[in-house]
Amino acid sequence: MEFGVVELSRLQFAMTAMYHFLFVPLTLGLSIIVAIMETVYVMTGRPIWRQMTKFWATLFGINFVLGVATGITMEFQFGMNWSYYSHYVGDIFGAPLAIEGLMAFFMEATFVGLMFFGWDKLSRVAHLIVTWLVAIGSNFSALWILIANGWMQNPVGAEFNPDTMRMEMTNFFEVVFNEVAQAKFVHTVSAGYVTASVFVLGVSAWYLLKGRHIELARRSIAIASAFGLASALSVVILGDESGYSASHTQRMKLAAIEGMWETHEAPASFTLVGIPDKEARETHYAVHIPYVMGLIGTRSLTQEIPGIEDLVAEADDRIRSGIIAYDALMTIREQRDATSADVRATFEDHSEDLGFAMLLKRYVEDPRDATEEQIAMAAEDTIPGVGPLFWAFRIMVGLGFSFIAVMVYFFYRASFKGMQFPRWALRAAVIIIPAPWIAAELGWFVAEFGRQPWTVDGVLPTALSASHLSITDLLITLAGFVIFYTVLFIVEMGLMIKYIKKGPYMDVEETDTWMERHSHRLRTHDGKGPFAAEPAE
Amino acid sequence: MILHELISFEILRVIWWLLLGVLLIGFALTDGFDMGVGALLPFVGKTDTERRVVINTIGPVWEGNQVWFILGGGAIFAAWPPLYAVSFSGFYLAMFLVLAALILRPVGFKYRSKREGARWRRNWDWALFVGGAVPALVFGVAVGNVLQGVPFHLTPDMLMPRYDGNAIMKLLLLLNPFALLAGVVSLSMLLMHGAAWLGLKTEGAIQARARKIGTTAGLVAAGGYALAGLWLALGIDGYQIVGEIVKDGPSNPLYSDVMRGGSWLSAYGDRPWIAIAPVMAFVGIAMAVRGLRVGREVSTLLWSKLGITGIISSVGLTMFPFILPSTVDPNSSLTVWDSSSSHLTLFIMLVCAVIFMPLILAYTSWVYKVLWGKVTEDDISKNANSY
Repeated sequence: MEFGVVELSRLQFAMTAMYHFLFVPLTLGLSIIVAIMETVYVMTGRPIWRQMTKFWATLFGINFVLGVATGITMEFQFGMNWSYYSHYVGDIFGAPLAIEGLMAFFMEATFVGLMFFGWDKLSRVAHLIVTWLVAIGSNFSALWILIANGWMQNPVGAEFNPDTMRMEMTNFFEVVFNEVAQAKFVHTVSAGYVTASVFVLGVSAWYLLKGRHIELARRSIAIASAFGLASALSVVILGDESGYSASHTQRMKLAAIEGMWETHEAPASFTLVGIPDKEARETHYAVHIPYVMGLIGTRSLTQEIPGIEDLVAEADDRIRSGIIAYDALMTIREQRDATSADVRATFEDHSEDLGFAMLLKRYVEDPRDATEEQIAMAAEDTIPGVGPLFWAFRIMVGLGFSFIAVMVYFFYRASFKGMQFPRWALRAAVIIIPAPWIAAELGWFVAEFGRQPWTVDGVLPTALSASHLSITDLLITLAGFVIFYTVLFIVEMGLMIKYIKKGPYMDVEETDTWMERHSHRLRTHDGKGPFAAEPAE
Repeated sequence: MILHELISFEILRVIWWLLLGVLLIGFALTDGFDMGVGALLPFVGKTDTERRVVINTIGPVWEGNQVWFILGGGAIFAAWPPLYAVSFSGFYLAMFLVLAALILRPVGFKYRSKREGARWRRNWDWALFVGGAVPALVFGVAVGNVLQGVPFHLTPDMLMPRYDGNAIMKLLLLLNPFALLAGVVSLSMLLMHGAAWLGLKTEGAIQARARKIGTTAGLVAAGGYALAGLWLALGIDGYQIVGEIVKDGPSNPLYSDVMRGGSWLSAYGDRPWIAIAPVMAFVGIAMAVRGLRVGREVSTLLWSKLGITGIISSVGLTMFPFILPSTVDPNSSLTVWDSSSSHLTLFIMLVCAVIFMPLILAYTSWVYKVLWGKVTEDDISKNANSY
């Protein structure tokens, strides 16, 4: 493979995937928030809730469409840029993607049109059902995508078939109920709910600061802070679940996140901050919190968590075992049905390590010809970039906890302080709007960069997964995506800002009349009328 | 799991070959008119309001329609991984073009009328035109290349797909005369389909323009299709599996011997019943063209669907069991018998399809029923959500 093809393919995948995930979390969360608002509307019949539904749905729509558009790239990129990956694991990985289309995406995309165009064509309840189906479809989408991704992290329910030279599914239910996938799913959708909550909170706070759309903003904050609080707690708890599952499925990733070079006595301490140094095999200036890592990783005080050094030594052994598997595999491929049972048995014994022999393909055409030095280099390659992982993880977790604080505060003010928010808090709510996106992108970075050098952990190295393309191919598409996606991003942000500034523009008269008529019932705690237009104190 | 043994590997492969056809046809029948309407947009809508009417006929449905395409991609990945791996990377820059066009489309629909500026709207109108016309053309070009075979081979030790030629050459080779003819057939057939849709959903001047263009497009499609058939008979080699055909063996394309030679059309001698496909194609198009001329609405769209179904299924039936032949190493050619997923995966995917396809058809029909009727200028001004 031409040098640079793998690197450029990785860059392209990272870019397009992270770009796609700018839109996904908001879709996941906002679809539910809009559905909740519409539910309130259908239950109470108050037009303000319909106005809120339509307003947030407009922003949802602007965001949704780019999520869909950039999702097409994701569905096709595996085949375009990662053709050997597609061949090697398509038997397992393709299934959840296809089921996602059948079960979730079809539903979400078919009903989203009616969600916008069906207000006058459907009864209230029918429209509400349509809105919920869009929300449910979006979230089911996430489920199947994360089952696919979970399998890359923890490839269960599959085995290698020497005849077809690929992984094949042996147990569908193991793939679906993969503990990594399930933990990731709940963690990811919760992160989406937090993102949408912070977004709704921030936009509403901006309205309150400007003294506009007070009724819409207050009610939106009430919904966003309650929903956001539950979700922010869930993100952290289920993130912890991911950490626990990583401790026995992806030990190298965990050790790298921790900057834990050597195996320490149980229970391991958690390194709060420090500077990991790969050369020195040490994390400088580390500040430790005793016991915490052992508790997160193993939920016990006695179980050890292996350090990077030990895991490299283990990889070295597995590479040697993998070479035996590779040798047997080549014999089977030549002799096919005539292969002796002994060779087949040898292959069976070592096939779990076949992927480790493939790590050598970076250095030598035939892993059987590898020198001691090359084996050592390949073993060393199993260490992902410790520094970036260490820091990305800590920033993500820090942000995760800060969202809980924000949501607790706003939930408290909304529920017990009569919807009065100090100006500093409203300003803070506007400023933190981008924060959940940063956390979500860092989360994906930790998940995917932490899995390197593998596309499928322990099964297929990234270096082998790419398509047989030229640098020119990749530069053309890369340049295309950069230009194209940048323009789309500018257009999208422009429209988002325009429609946020514009505020609710549908059902305005009806809502105002209704508000006027019910103003005596809608007085807030401080006795001000609902049209108290002055900015909040 | 033993349950999957209930259906033999061979039958599952044929079923998934059929389902692949169903998905591609489903895509062409639904999203096909969206693409056709996109490509017709500058010609049938002369004023901004007219263009908004045109866009809003497909506004609420294109998103669901497009999923046929996404699902087609997903199903190829899941059921035919080698096909997904070889074709998507082999047609690399062409795929990128399609991708770019398909990304423009959703954004164009949603964003076009969100601002007032004439320039803003004109730019998005072009985006919608490109988003409809380019994929319609490229899909045909791709089919034209598949019929001629593609220069790829699989490495004997690792089964890695490899292609000949550099980036630009590969793209230019795709644009050969026969493939371009196939592209014209595909584009004109979808223009006809789009016109049939506009005939049903619009009235007055827009409808009249659409019917006029659709009539011509239908005639071009039928003529191009006949010409392509003739070309296949005279100028393009077919492929055959030589020796024993193992239908339930492992999915390794290199295990079978393939020979290039003879004609694809010999399939009509071996399986005369498949002639029904080209007959459907010609009858469907002829009736659709007639319908467009005399102004029938519902039946024209149905005839157009029949014609498209005939064209697409004739390609698949003619090539069976081949899916993607290789020009440089015929043994690497992908066929129904050697490029599927495993027995278990095909079975599980079939179960999912049996559960969800009827549901999809049911709710899609319901949505179309709710949206039944003409789209008028009045509707657009009344609904603030209109595109």
